[in-house]
Amino acid sequence: MAHSSRAPSATSPRQHQRERLLWLYRAMLRMRMAEEKVAELYPQQEMRCPVHLHVGQEAVSAGVCANLTPEDRIFGSHRSHGPYLAFGGNLGAFFAELYGKAAGCCRGRGGSMHLLDRPAGYWGSSAIVGGTIPIAVGTALEAVYHRKNSVSVVFFGDGAADEGILYESLSYAGLKKLPVLFVCENNQYATNSHQRARQALDNISERGPVFGVPGVRVDGNSVLAVYEVARESVRRARMSGGPTLLECDTYRWKGHVGPVGDIPMGYRTQQELDGWVARCPLRQFEQMVFAEGVLKQSDLDGVKQGLAREIDEAVAFAKASPFPDPAEMTA
Amino acid sequence: MSAPRTLSYGEALREAQAQSMRRDGDVIVMGQGVDDSGGIFGSTLNLHKEFGEHRAFDMPLAEESITGIANGAALAGLKPVVVHARIDFLLLAMNQIVTHAAKWRFMFGDANRMGVVYRGVIGRGWGQGAQHAQSLQALFMHVPGLAVAMPSCPYDAKGLLTQAIAYGDPVVFIEHRQLYGMKGEVPEDYYLVPFGKARIARAGTDVTVVAISQMVEVALAAAEALAKEGISVEVVDPRTLAPLDEETIFASVAKTGRLVVVDNGWTVCGASAEIAARVGAHLFESLKAPVERVGFPSLPVPSSHVLEAAYYPNWETVAAAIQKAMRRQVRSRAAGVQDDKGLRESW
Repeated sequence: MAHSSRAPSATSPRQHQRERLLWLYRAMLRMRMAEEKVAELYPQQEMRCPVHLHVGQEAVSAGVCANLTPEDRIFGSHRSHGPYLAFGGNLGAFFAELYGKAAGCCRGRGGSMHLLDRPAGYWGSSAIVGGTIPIAVGTALEAVYHRKNSVSVVFFGDGAADEGILYESLSYAGLKKLPVLFVCENNQYATNSHQRARQALDNISERGPVFGVPGVRVDGNSVLAVYEVARESVRRARMSGGPTLLECDTYRWKGHVGPVGDIPMGYRTQQELDGWVARCPLRQFEQMVFAEGVLKQSDLDGVKQGLAREIDEAVAFAKASPFPDPAEMTA
Repeated sequence: MSAPRTLSYGEALREAQAQSMRRDGDVIVMGQGVDDSGGIFGSTLNLHKEFGEHRAFDMPLAEESITGIANGAALAGLKPVVVHARIDFLLLAMNQIVTHAAKWRFMFGDANRMGVVYRGVIGRGWGQGAQHAQSLQALFMHVPGLAVAMPSCPYDAKGLLTQAIAYGDPVVFIEHRQLYGMKGEVPEDYYLVPFGKARIARAGTDVTVVAISQMVEVALAAAEALAKEGISVEVVDPRTLAPLDEETIFASVAKTGRLVVVDNGWTVCGASAEIAARVGAHLFESLKAPVERVGFPSLPVPSSHVLEAAYYPNWETVAAAIQKAMRRQVRSRAAGVQDDKGLRESW
């Protein structure tokens, strides 16, 4: 009988190897720094596509993706730079796509909402809320059909929990015990509407068990807590134990779309935002690893410097790249 | 050489899937009722027994997820055939067909195709009514990235379906319920009918009738009746609306100078409008008369058989449209056109 549960607080970072801790930190910082770079450059109006940033939510993608291999199938939503950047998606192709260049991961045909890096396990994202959920389930069907060891992971927001397609997909994945990890990044807001205004109950993780899919709710700002529940879910999926619905509580720092905050719009308070900024997944991680003495400031500085260089190179590459040839569109 | 063999349209559809499944282990057939005792009007009958329940299987009554799951399976390398026993049900899956499958290859590149066949059954019969007998080919023809196939005979039912399964990109495959019992010669061997290649169902010289799906039968009956009146009708079956074989249609109209488009669907913004517009733009100088269109009136499909009879085109209404095209003459060019048949009022 599938049940839902709240994940325990993460174990001590001492339980994790130094390499894993550095991987998780680097993944989170890669997302944070790349998106902050997007926010910095966006006002130049050269990235001419909508961007849905997920600053503040980095622990979810990092904690989940640390359990995956490039043979797995990751799907995203309109707000899913996260898993692309977390799992080693090509940075030059990322920025080039946002700039609408031929070297973009979709050759300028996708934009920010449609990323792809198959060698990095990222199979695509959809700008339609919930759109990739059944597609991920279908790739899991194929994995079972061909007896592959791949797990399909689909990231979506609490807004997708408004959509019927989530429940249709949970139902089928539960029925056939398909290797799928449904990852709900509950940042509380769908565009500018709070979950309270859209759903009677704050219980997304509990909606899995009614379809035979275990549900787990976890602190989505604790990368180790996410890592640990995802590890268990992925392990079970690989052993034909079926899907899991993971609800990760987190918060979006910036507005629904665009590079800036949206407190002046009045639908949420500065106080609420400040409370979540104080729980920054990166800062929490740093404090914890320093307190436990497992990583030093110099370790993290090294990661930061390397990423700054990588991102600057990627932006320079993207800006210097040619635009796509319109004639190729019909080729 | 094997002797000619006849199959029904429904049997031909089944054989197309069975032979495709035999040749390619990645072909699967899925949908509501695929493995039931009726087998979707016989078209999937016992495929699950022959190929196993992992290859031909029932699905929940959840059209969008069925379709999305097929899309994902295709993205990962399977070749799914999704069966919707009424095309009306397929509307619930438009998000996955129109906004996902039709876009994926364009956005993400050639390695990210969703080669799925969405079978949808249309058609008149036994008072199916407004929500069980829609003909929605124009909706799909409108969307770049989708192929639309509409077989009108058993030979094409098999050959177009094998082609659809092998196509590699999403195909909306539209079958007419009333054709299921039609018998015709169908080769036993596996074969493909290429997309974008029209069929001349009847050769003629005076007027071209482009007829879609079951309207091919209706147009042939009209042509037969008019032959007795001395009017030679060429009936062209486009077989696929997307891609559309403009070459064959244009060549026929260039020869006859007159066009009647008979669609098994609404005329407003319908396939007939698209075909008429393309011919008008390309062959303006060759046309001897305005293009005539025959299709469904701008009303939902009624249920009562009396109302149905008034609603659907039949050989007589098609014949009347052909005669109208024969009578009418583009006034400004009348002096220069030698075509006495067009001026005759014999029927």
